[in-house]
Order: sequence, then C-alpha cells, then structure tokens
Amino acid sequence: MTVLAEPAAETVRTASRLGRGYWAGVVRRLARDPVALVAAAIILTIVLAAIFAPWVAPADPYKSSMIRRLKPVGDAVYLLGSDELGRDMLSRLIYGGRLSLVMGVLPVFFAFVVGSMLGIMAGYAGGWLNTLVMRTVDVFYAFPSVLLAIALSGTLGAGILNAIVALTIVFVPQVTRVAESVTTQIRNRDYVEAARVSGARAPTIVRVHVLGNVLGPIFVYSTSLISVSMILASGLSFLGLGSKPPEPEWGLMLNTLRTAIYTQPMVAALPGVMIFITSISFNLLSDGLRSAMEVKA
Amino acid sequence: MTVLAHDLAHDPAFPDPTLRDRGGPAQPLLSVTGLVKHFGGKRRWRGETKGAVRAVDGVDFAIAKGETLGIVGESGCGKSTTARLVMQIIPPDAGEIVFDGEEVGSRALDLTAYRREVQMVFQDSYASLNPRLTVEDTIAFGPRVHGTPRREATGRAHDLLARVGLEPGRFAGRYPHELSGGQRQRINIARALALQPRLVILDEAVSALDKSVEAQVLNLLLDLKAEFGLTYMFISHDLNVVRFMADRVMVMYLGKVAEVGPSDVILNNPSHPYTAALLASMPSMDPDNRTEEAPLYGDPPNPIDPPPGCRFHTRCRFTSAICANREPPLAAVAGPHAVACLMTQPGSGHPQAAASREVAA
Amino acid sequence: MSSLSPAGAPLVETKNLTVDFVGTGKPVRAVAGVDLTLAPGEVVALLGESGSGKSVTLRALMRLLPEKRAKIGGSIRVDGRDVTALSRRELSAFRGSTVAMIFQEPGLAFDPVYRVGDQIAEAVVRHERVSRAAGRARALALFERVRIPSPEQRLDNYPHEMSGGMRQRAMIALALACRPKVLLADEPTTALDATVQIQILLLLRELQRELGLAVIFVTHDIGVATEVADRIAVMYAGRIVESGACRDVIRAPAHPYTRGLLASRADHVFTKGTRLETIPGAPPDLTALPPGCAFAPRCAQARPACNAGVPEERTASPHHVARCLLLPAPAEDGACHRADATAAA
Repeated sequence: MTVLAEPAAETVRTASRLGRGYWAGVVRRLARDPVALVAAAIILTIVLAAIFAPWVAPADPYKSSMIRRLKPVGDAVYLLGSDELGRDMLSRLIYGGRLSLVMGVLPVFFAFVVGSMLGIMAGYAGGWLNTLVMRTVDVFYAFPSVLLAIALSGTLGAGILNAIVALTIVFVPQVTRVAESVTTQIRNRDYVEAARVSGARAPTIVRVHVLGNVLGPIFVYSTSLISVSMILASGLSFLGLGSKPPEPEWGLMLNTLRTAIYTQPMVAALPGVMIFITSISFNLLSDGLRSAMEVKA
Repeated sequence: MTVLAHDLAHDPAFPDPTLRDRGGPAQPLLSVTGLVKHFGGKRRWRGETKGAVRAVDGVDFAIAKGETLGIVGESGCGKSTTARLVMQIIPPDAGEIVFDGEEVGSRALDLTAYRREVQMVFQDSYASLNPRLTVEDTIAFGPRVHGTPRREATGRAHDLLARVGLEPGRFAGRYPHELSGGQRQRINIARALALQPRLVILDEAVSALDKSVEAQVLNLLLDLKAEFGLTYMFISHDLNVVRFMADRVMVMYLGKVAEVGPSDVILNNPSHPYTAALLASMPSMDPDNRTEEAPLYGDPPNPIDPPPGCRFHTRCRFTSAICANREPPLAAVAGPHAVACLMTQPGSGHPQAAASREVAA
Repeated sequence: MSSLSPAGAPLVETKNLTVDFVGTGKPVRAVAGVDLTLAPGEVVALLGESGSGKSVTLRALMRLLPEKRAKIGGSIRVDGRDVTALSRRELSAFRGSTVAMIFQEPGLAFDPVYRVGDQIAEAVVRHERVSRAAGRARALALFERVRIPSPEQRLDNYPHEMSGGMRQRAMIALALACRPKVLLADEPTTALDATVQIQILLLLRELQRELGLAVIFVTHDIGVATEVADRIAVMYAGRIVESGACRDVIRAPAHPYTRGLLASRADHVFTKGTRLETIPGAPPDLTALPPGCAFAPRCAQARPACNAGVPEERTASPHHVARCLLLPAPAEDGACHRADATAAA
C-alpha cells in the first residue's frame, strides 16, 4: 500500500511520448529520410514496371528487325534505341528487370533464411557448434565471391536456377557471419541472462529475446547484398552461365551489346545504367533502414 | 491492494512463498560453502593453471530467512561473480550451494525449481531489458515460461507494475527506451518478483541511479521486502546504502571474505584493517573535517596471481612478516562477527595479535 | 552570481549562458541561463543530477560541444578573453594552455596506440615549441608530481597497461602539461573505487593548492563536492539554483532541492527500518521548461507565485544565494516581486 502511496517516479519526462510500437517508429524515421524515400521510389517504379511489363512496354521485346538495328537513343520509333538485332531497348530493359530482380532478390532471400538460422544457432550455442559452423563458413570466405559464383555456376551448369543456387551458396557464409556476430553480442546482454535466470530454455529465449533483436541488423545487411547479387548475376549471364538469349536480362544484354560499344555507346551502356541505378537504390535504402532502426537509448 | 494479493495467492502454479518453506526458521535460506570460480588462464600439461583470474577463491556464507545480507568490496573483489554463481548463471568450479536445506541441482531442487525461488536485479537497467519487448511482456515472460496462461501472466504483470509504483494503464505498453533509469529499474524489480521468489539478489541495483531516485528505489525495496517476506542479497560498493539496507555485511577482498558480521558492528567498529580503510575512504560530509590522508595507497591488486598469505598484506598498514606467509582463516571474534586477519587471532604470530594460547596457559 | 573573489577580475565569468541542443526533435535547453564566476585559485563544485546541465556548462566553457548541434547563448569570458569569439586556431591554443580538462573516462584523453609519456611530451612540444627532450623531461616531472610510482618506466606504458587510478593520475598530468590556469574536472572520480577516489581527490586538492589552480569540479556526489570545493553551485534543470561557500550549502541549504538532496542520502538514517526522505516526481522535460521555478512541481513548499517566473537570486547569508521565493526578498526590489506574485495569484 505504501508503494502505491509513493508517487510514481519520473513520469513527467515521458508522459508526452505514449507507448508506440518499435516498427511504427522505424517507419516514421524512414519517412523523414529523403534519400531513402527516393531510393524506395526508384525501386518501386522498377519493380512495378517489371511486373506490369506487358502493359507498360511499348513493343514486343523479342521482335527483331534486320533493317532497324542499333538505332540511337531518342529515335522516333525506339525511344531508347534498338539493339544489335533491332529489338526495342526500352521494352527489353523493362522486361529485363523481371529476371534481373529475381536474380538479385531470390539468392539473397534464401541466403538470409539459411544464414540467419546457421548464424543464430552458432552464435547462441557457442562452443564446438560455433567452431564447426564458423570454420566451415571461413572456408567459403577464402575465395573471392565472383570466383566462387563462377566456379559453382560452372560446376552446376548454365541456367537461371543453377545461377540462383550458386549465388545463394555465395551469400550464405556472409549472412551467417553477420548473424553470428550480432547474436553473440545479444547473447551476453543482461536481459538474455535475466531470461535464462527466469528458467526459460534456449528455444524460448531465442524466439522471444534474440530473434527480434538480431533479425533487424541481419535484414539490413542482407538488403545491401541485393545489389551485389544483381551484379554477380549479370556477370554470370554475361559469361553465359545465367540466362540464355534471347531472354532479356540486363547482364546478358550488356554482353550481347558489347560489340556495339563503338557504334552506339549510349545504347550499349543502358543495361549497365539500370544495374547501377537499381543496386545503388537498394544500397541507399538499406543505409536508410539501418539508421532508422537504431533505437536511441 | 488486498484484492490483488488475493488473486496472486490463488494461482495454483505459484503457491504462497510462505507455504514453500521447508527447513523452518532456523534453516538458513541460502548457505554457500567453498565457492570457487577461476576464469581463463592456460592449463599447463602438469600441475596448476597459470594466469587465471581467481575471481572467487573459497567463499563461505549463509543468509538467514528474511534478512538482508550486504556484500561490499571494490572492483575485482568477486562480489558480482559471487552473485552470478549463486544465481547459477555461470557454473562454479567448486563449492556447494544449499537453498533452504536442499542442495541446488539435486533431485529435490533442480535448476528450474531453484530459479523460481531466486531472482536477480542487474545494475544496468537498460541492458537488462529487451528493447523490443513492452514492459508488460517483459514482466510476464517468467510466469509464461513456467506455464501461466497469457491472460493471467499479463494480469500479474499489471499487479506488479502497480506495486513498484508505476501505473499499469500508462506503463504496460511502453518500451524500455521510453522510460527513465529509475522507472526501468522498477520494471527490473517487478520482473524479478514475477516468479514470486524468496531470495532476490540485487547486484548494484541502485548504483547507476541518481541519488534522489536511488532513495525512492531503496524505499520501494524495503516495502516489497516487508510485503512479500523477501530475503535480499544486496551487493553494493556504497557503504552508506549498505548501512541503510543490510542486517549483516560481508566485506570481500580479492575473491575472499575479509570480514562478516552484523552491519552496525562492521560499519561502526570494523576489525579488519581493509574494512576500516574502506570506511575511511568514504568522502566526509563535514566541510570542516575533510579527509587529510588517504587510508590506502595504490589500486586494488589484480586478481590474476593474487599475493600470497593474507591478500591484503601488500596494502595493509599493520602488515608484518607473518602476513605474507600465512593465510588468515575466517575466524569468529565475537558471536556472528568473523574476521580473516591474523591480528585478531590469538597465537597467530602477528605482533599485534593477543599472546598465543600456549603462553597464556 | 556575485563573485566571491575579494580582488581582481574573475578568471571565468559566464553571463546568462544558455545551451540549446537542436536536432531532429524539439530543441533541448540543457543550460538555461547560468551566471558563474570563478576567482583565481578557487575551487567551485558544480553539483547536480543527470540532466541538470552541469557537464554541458563545463564543456561550453571550452567550446567542446558539437558546433552544429549545440547553440551557445550569453557570454563566456575566460582569463579576459571572449571564448565565444575565438577562432579555430585561437581555440586550440586556448585549450590546454589556458584551460585544461579531465574526464571521467581517461580513455577520452589518451590515444590507445601511443605511449602515455609520448602523448604528454607531444602536448608540451606542440603548445610551447620546445625540444622533444624538454617535453619528455616535463612529462617525467609531471608523473612525479602526480605521484605515479616508478615514473620513468610508466612513461613508456600504453594506456591499457595502467590501472584505473594510475590512468586517472596520468590524465591529470596531461591536463597540467601546459600549465593551465583553469582546470575543468568532469566527474573525474566517479568510475573509481572508493579507496582510489579519495587518493585522486586528495591529489587534486594538493595540486590545486600548490599550483594556485582555479578548478571547476562537476560531480553528482555531495560527499565528493564537500571534499574538494571552496564553493558549491547546485544545478537543477539547467540553472544554478543555489550557490555559496561549501560549509553554508552543506550545513544550511537554502533551496528546497538542495535540502531534498541532502535528506535523501542514506547515511542520514541511523535507525533501521526507517524510510529515506525522497524528492517526489522527476526533473522537468528540458524541451519544455516551465515558465517559473523548474523545481516547483516537486516542491512541497511551492506556492502559486513560484510558477509565475524564474525566481531571482536571493541572499540566504553573506555570499550564499538561492533562486527561491521562500527566502526573504531583497529590500530594494521586494515590492516589485510582491507585485508580480500578487498579479500571478
């Protein structure tokens, strides 16, 4: 009773900020970040254009024309010119976003799932399990990711599916390492210790106290891998290990247009420009996400 | 308030703490013997480990039911390690922990059951709260783990919020970063009480708070103790706070107990030179009577390879040759007051000690 | 705040010093009008709890606050110079040679990858344009001065090789390297063990006396303030609410906040089972300070007039002032105050 009689301490300071969700705060902070907003808008545009390509694209991306090859940017018929087989570049770029985005996002998503599981397990358990997982990961780390992707893709054989598998394998060690280091930090926090003290077992502690605090940072790190994945996927396609002609895909387009680099440099560079814009937008968005997710003490 | 207490008492998963008493009033609630914990160090292929931090190096103590044992000492004395060993956060290298007559980890009292009886409040109020959980989820977590349905656990969280002086309607849905340090520490206290423990370990629980907030939290701790019949193990470096809270005080130095006894004896009339120095080091509150000479020189030695014999002999002003060679046992001087100093032990060979028993006989 | 120094200009003088932190949210008024004077050779303790503005005030004196985020208002004069008008170059000469600072964490002062002795010697060389050997000799002398055992060897230590108390002594040596006139101390003993804290306090007192330093000592601990200070200035919500000789403030606190702080100390209670006196409530929101006395919402003796305006300083005893309406109004302008009070009521 005496406890209640004593006025609750220090209520004034926080009275104005009533309990709001953590994610609501993240969204609010993100909405105030102009760079992140622009990046998000660009990504959204590209994604929507790719999804609704049949309606958005002005022409058939596969329809070639022997007489209208390599038209310059700003041509009366082809807004962004035409490629070496006389196909409309704008339409091919729009359609190309489909495969390129899938190749950028899917490997990272799979790597996020697998890497988080491995990393959180290794980080929370510690001991020999940690050593086993992390040393295995280190083996993959020893190879440059480009080389690893090419080697895996080459072994598995050309094809989109195999390229995705290869890229996933490239990214799993990187995600695992980040997940492990974040989890190791969290594991030693007092609140995890307090949870252990209250008699909770490892799966409960991981679910309630670890996941919420580690998935955010791992997710942010993973989004920054999307751009790398897109570039690697383009590289694989360029080498003929990813998608196959006549499929429109930015990396592949870059490959086939390289012969035109002296005659129509602008057109030849366009797929590269798309890769650049998309990947930098993903990077900027993940940067914004990271700063929006920092909880101020 | 009484209605709330009624609700709590009738949760079948949580019998009234007073009904859980096994050994009767004479049985200490907690008794610890020969507790040892060394950290790190390289194990040599033969013989002893070298370079280990001897954080806790043979500590014995007991806490009676309903009392508050204060543990004081400087950094590296092992007081926080002792708390974590008692809490079973880290496993001891050696030693026995007996809770109300049952050995911890035995079949009669496994770790899960023990953790319902003993809870802990940490120093860092922010680090000890999950930033992603609301206040009510944090408090309800323990009961949920032990099988209380969500609704009841949340109800209990609200009751406890009210008891630690935070209005449930305003605070239940908040996140830790929306609270002040004092409020967060109240949440931590509520969380510790959610499992209705009998022993609460307070590890520097008020040290990080401002003085005016500290006083509020200390009062709260006293109220809760009376209301729930709690026993406290109160660890602090602030002797004034320990004087206010504790019935008995244990002074630690470099992983060992230097002196233990009733708090008014220890804090007014200490027998160990280290306790005396610690007391004299507290800033004087009298502007006309400032401290003129530092009671001790230098920093506390490193618990890696502590000095032989009495661990305090390198800084003690009464040190004699014997102190470097003989380790003083913790021996009773008067009733419950025990001191580990050769000066207080007749026949120890220290020039300041009383004449040996043989001579006296 | 009337200066206590009997003769000569004050070494440090701030008039209506304000510091506002601007950022994404509402501006935070961390310091809300501080008039502080420090006479040569005087030790003033700035006493306050977290958020009272004591550390911000101290940093403002050296312009150590981030320029973009912290807006400084009012005037700051140190050793006859207007600190707010110093150029970047003048500022770096001013820091160290006129004013030096010691921190709670010695890590802030030392670079972990250089030897401690070299860092002190370098500071001397940079400020006084003397040879490296002379700098080294000064460093050694300083190490002896701050009583570091076997100083010669210790000069070659890296910061992490020293114990906490030793590092604190080394930081004091670094601060004194260029013979400053004013030493600013920001809770330099808070992180230390009790037996080490008292050694550092005594060392600071001894150095202050022998070198004639003027010291501003920021602390949250009344006991520490009592050990070091000639004068205590109590801060609350960005203002100095009480200031006077150490003895007067401790023995006869005039402001209810100071009285509350003293009463809530656990060492005042001698009988077991009694409760501590506490100050109810919490400090005000610094983004929206009340128009009147910031302590009024927590004050048991508050009256309507307290909320009308920030109370002026009133004299409790000679050289002992407090911003509290409970004290008798000064004779000349008492009528005016009373008029304000009635108007507000």
